[in-house]
Amino acid sequence: MQLDQLYQEIILDHYKHPHGRGLRDAVDPDARVGEAHHVNPTCGDEITVRVTTDGKVFTDISYDGMGCSISQASASVLHELLRGRAADDASVVHEAFVELMSGRGQVTPDEEVLGDGVAFAGVARYPARVKCALLSWMAFKDAAARAGVGVSPTEVKA
Amino acid sequence: MTTIAIPEGMPQYDDVPRFDVAAVRADFPILDREVNGHRLVYLDSANTAHKPRQVLDVLAEHYAMHNANVSRSVHTLGTEATEAYEGARAKVAAFINAPSVDEVVFTKNSTEAINIVAYAFSNASLRPDADPRFRLGPGDEVVISEMEHHSNIVPWQLLCERTGATLRWFPVTEQGRLDESGLDGLVTERTKIVSLVHTSNILGTVNATSRITQRVREVGALLLLDCSQSVPHMPMDVVDYDADFIVFTGHKMCGPTGVGVLWGRGELLAAMPPVFGGGSMIETVSMARSTFAAPPARFEAGTPPIAEAVALGAAVDYLSGVGMRAIQWHEKELTAYALDALATVPGLRIFGPNVPVGRGGTISFALGDIHPHDVGQVLDSLGVQVRVGHHCAKPVCSRFGVPAMTRASFYLYTTTEEIDALVAGLEQVRKVFD
Repeated sequence: MQLDQLYQEIILDHYKHPHGRGLRDAVDPDARVGEAHHVNPTCGDEITVRVTTDGKVFTDISYDGMGCSISQASASVLHELLRGRAADDASVVHEAFVELMSGRGQVTPDEEVLGDGVAFAGVARYPARVKCALLSWMAFKDAAARAGVGVSPTEVKA
Repeated sequence: MTTIAIPEGMPQYDDVPRFDVAAVRADFPILDREVNGHRLVYLDSANTAHKPRQVLDVLAEHYAMHNANVSRSVHTLGTEATEAYEGARAKVAAFINAPSVDEVVFTKNSTEAINIVAYAFSNASLRPDADPRFRLGPGDEVVISEMEHHSNIVPWQLLCERTGATLRWFPVTEQGRLDESGLDGLVTERTKIVSLVHTSNILGTVNATSRITQRVREVGALLLLDCSQSVPHMPMDVVDYDADFIVFTGHKMCGPTGVGVLWGRGELLAAMPPVFGGGSMIETVSMARSTFAAPPARFEAGTPPIAEAVALGAAVDYLSGVGMRAIQWHEKELTAYALDALATVPGLRIFGPNVPVGRGGTISFALGDIHPHDVGQVLDSLGVQVRVGHHCAKPVCSRFGVPAMTRASFYLYTTTEEIDALVAGLEQVRKVFD
């Protein structure tokens, strides 16, 4: 059934049991913190992503928001994949996820890079839902930039 | 089966006009198609309605046989096109019982129709010699409601920003009704216009307007009714409703996209300054200045949606042929059926009136805390097409404390079997997410 490709077990699991949910303050008072609030105007989904970094590594990625299973599970996967990673490293994962979601189902994801993120391959076949999956990832990119750490190759990296 | 005897002399059940739903469905080619391997169950007519063959044929026939520009040609095709376009105007005028054909302005949609009125206020406010009823400034007020579609909020917000007027609104009760308790304090001598939705696109509420109309008359304000969700579904009589303006759109009433209607009292339209400038809306033009045509031409600058208007005329014929009273009654029965059926779904919460009185066949709901996007996606996999999201009525979602809702909406071709398919689909949704 088509629907199973969209609502993979991994996605439903992240949705029902989100990892790292809830906005957290930085433990280290010297840490740089960036935050971004993104809204999907077509459906009203919202997410706030907060990034804590020492300038090299994302020591924490916390988030809060409301939205559909795809957007909420995607934020959970983002937290799990990118927290504790160096900016360069995170940038590779971020790029791979955006490429997967923009691929209209034609991109074969690399599990080595994307981990649970590969479960979103099916979402890319539903153009109406791609924005849901990307909401937290775009908010993360803005939050990282505000913390002074670029995660896109087009931006200056710390 | 028990039956309730209706007292003699009262309208009897059998007096209600009826139509053959199966025969109506046969007129709509799209209802034959499948979606994701299932029979199409289209429950999104509040978003846009389907088009019967009678409308599609007229649209194709116009382009195939009568295509020409209107109001400017002496040739035969131009005359045919003009006659068809003006004929459609006459059909629409009769459909809403407009006292004059010239009170019907063709627009792009309801949104444009509301914007024309808002910008007429704006333009009048810049001209000291304009009709004072359209002049707005600090201290003046515009009244809307919390129940409006964004198209009846944003144009007034922008107008108030431009003119310094104040925007005020009716609240919505927990039952999804307009809260009129503060009517006298809300609509006052400061009010210049009250712009109100007639049937809510999200709650389904049909607003009783007579008290508000009376108050509007007392204070000398104007009344605009957004009838986008009512003209397609019930008989509309602008004289009976005693409104100053109504707006509605073609595509929600079996017509094509790209054409809508602004109806205004003739004397008010005549007092309104133009909004869009261009061809067809002028009387005479010199390099320094222009004078303007009488309504409706004054508000129809440029080549209008000719074929669309002609096809809207065909839609009016179609709906009139079935009968608007019969359509209204059909939807009332569907709504009663759906409210009962949805009440059997565990964890389902209906937003808006939960009785089939003073409401139309548009029902929004939440299914537990499952996000409407997920509800809609699972339903789609079963061929059931509903709308999810904020329905361009974010303040209503905020009022009920949710970011989004799932909405099922009915029309003349909707059947109780389709409502059963919705209810069965919701069980499937619960299985996936519970």
